[in-house]
Amino acid sequence: MKRLFLALALGTGLLTSLGVRAEETEADRAARWHDLQRAIFGDKQMLDGQGVVQLEAPVRALDAALVPITITLTGDKPIKGVYLVIDDNPSPLAAHVTFGPAADPHLLKLRVRVNQYTQMHAVAEGADGQLYEVMKFVKAAGGCSAPAGSDDAVALKDIGRMKLRLLSDFTAGKPVQAQLMIRHPNFNGMQMDQVTRQYTPAHFIQSAEVSYNGQLVFHLDSDISLSTDPVIGFDFVPQDKGVMKVDLRDSENMKFDHSFEIPEHAS
Amino acid sequence: MLSRRHALAGGVCLCCLPAFLRAASAGATGPFATEEVAPGLHIRRGIDQDASAGNDDAIANIGFIIGKEAVLVADPGGSLSDGERLRAAIREKTNLPIRYVAMSHVHPDHIFGAGAFRQDDPVFIGHARLVPVLAQRGAFYQEGLERILGPGKAGPVVMPTMTVSDQTEIDLGGRVIALTAHGTAHTDNDLSLIDRQSGTLLPADLLFVRRMPSLDGSLTGWLKELAALKALPAPRVVPGHGPAVMDWPAASADLERYLTLLLRETREAVRGGVDISVAAGSIAASERGKWALYDDYNGRNVIEAYKELEWE
Repeated sequence: MKRLFLALALGTGLLTSLGVRAEETEADRAARWHDLQRAIFGDKQMLDGQGVVQLEAPVRALDAALVPITITLTGDKPIKGVYLVIDDNPSPLAAHVTFGPAADPHLLKLRVRVNQYTQMHAVAEGADGQLYEVMKFVKAAGGCSAPAGSDDAVALKDIGRMKLRLLSDFTAGKPVQAQLMIRHPNFNGMQMDQVTRQYTPAHFIQSAEVSYNGQLVFHLDSDISLSTDPVIGFDFVPQDKGVMKVDLRDSENMKFDHSFEIPEHAS
Repeated sequence: MLSRRHALAGGVCLCCLPAFLRAASAGATGPFATEEVAPGLHIRRGIDQDASAGNDDAIANIGFIIGKEAVLVADPGGSLSDGERLRAAIREKTNLPIRYVAMSHVHPDHIFGAGAFRQDDPVFIGHARLVPVLAQRGAFYQEGLERILGPGKAGPVVMPTMTVSDQTEIDLGGRVIALTAHGTAHTDNDLSLIDRQSGTLLPADLLFVRRMPSLDGSLTGWLKELAALKALPAPRVVPGHGPAVMDWPAASADLERYLTLLLRETREAVRGGVDISVAAGSIAASERGKWALYDDYNGRNVIEAYKELEWE
């Protein structure tokens, strides 16, 4: 469903997002979210996420091509995963994360592109399948059509390089905060070269799977909204020293993997 | 009639410049005031604002150098009309051919006036990297600028016809201009000029004074290029933004202080695991009040610096 959704969104969304869009009213935004909800979650009931999920995003982005997002899962309810929807982006479903047994499913940090003033929704999915939503309004514009890096060749040279950092002390059995950094241009297909009059083809990370000692930490399905050189923050619970393995696949079907020894090689 | 905003955009008042009233009455194509910072070297001081419909994006310091045989334009301006007014200012001073238009880097406030000089068929000079970067960003910038200034007012995207990848010289007739293509610094396509005759350095946006610098290249690279520029035997400088002329290298002090602080505090934040959004709101806070447009650029500079330094 997700791929189909992406294709539809690109087919219809691209032109409006490149043009100057008329001011949207509250009602327009509500209607858009209603449609998106239908497209992504079908007829499932959506509950207010207050007390379950929290979404932090800047009211006004400093850099529309790199908007830091923090999703915190605050309740005691077991959580299966979380969705990030950027309503007015060309492909609104920016990320879907499913947590595994090695995760401490309370935190997800991402950096995203925002194409125009938009509502942003975080939707948590309980282990029982119940959905919980929260919303933030973000003022940012041009993050998708903004030229990615200044040099495509340089951007591609380092593709797939990864770094893993532990941002809190390693103690077996206790949650550890980690940050996965990936070199990838994440071209979204909206950046045009004026000389060739062609768009740099979309080339972006579609999935990332992170495991620890063979146990899933999280699986991420992502899309063109992640910023260049994606950075993902998350918590995991190591029962012992071990190896964190990252497997990536991008839209060109390029695969990258890396294993990090924990805690020794984390910088 | 010359409107008040046009007069102010030139940094002049109407009463001082009666000749401008006639010249400008045809529209926004009249010459603006320039300052002769050295014999034959004329600079229009840009105002310390962001582009707006009220200022025609005339916000950068731009100017021209007159030799015995030819004229070189040192940044053609921020919009088509900014370029037209620069051209009119040149024609007030000389009828020598405008043979060169140097484009210091890709940012719109410096180069979108280039279209005004096409009629002179000059050599458009840029850093070798300006070609691919302008290809990538030109349409995006043009569209953004037209949203601010109005349809058709940004000016065309003009590509360099001569590129510099290290150093070269051009002669305006008894007046040699040295051109240097820099490593990634303010952007990855910064070109500086030295007017040998007057010993004046024109580093464009490698030097911001009083107006908040914007980082769009490499923080470590900028400090490196700034150090190299400071070592040049040029007693005077024309900043890309700020006063029309200053003493060199003394004029670099504020920029160097800010960039060094940005580097130190961002490195500390990265190493300490301080989140990028938190860092953007707290780093270089001591610089607030020392720069125009601080709030518009500092947080963004931190984000640029952070994503560069986190891969160190």
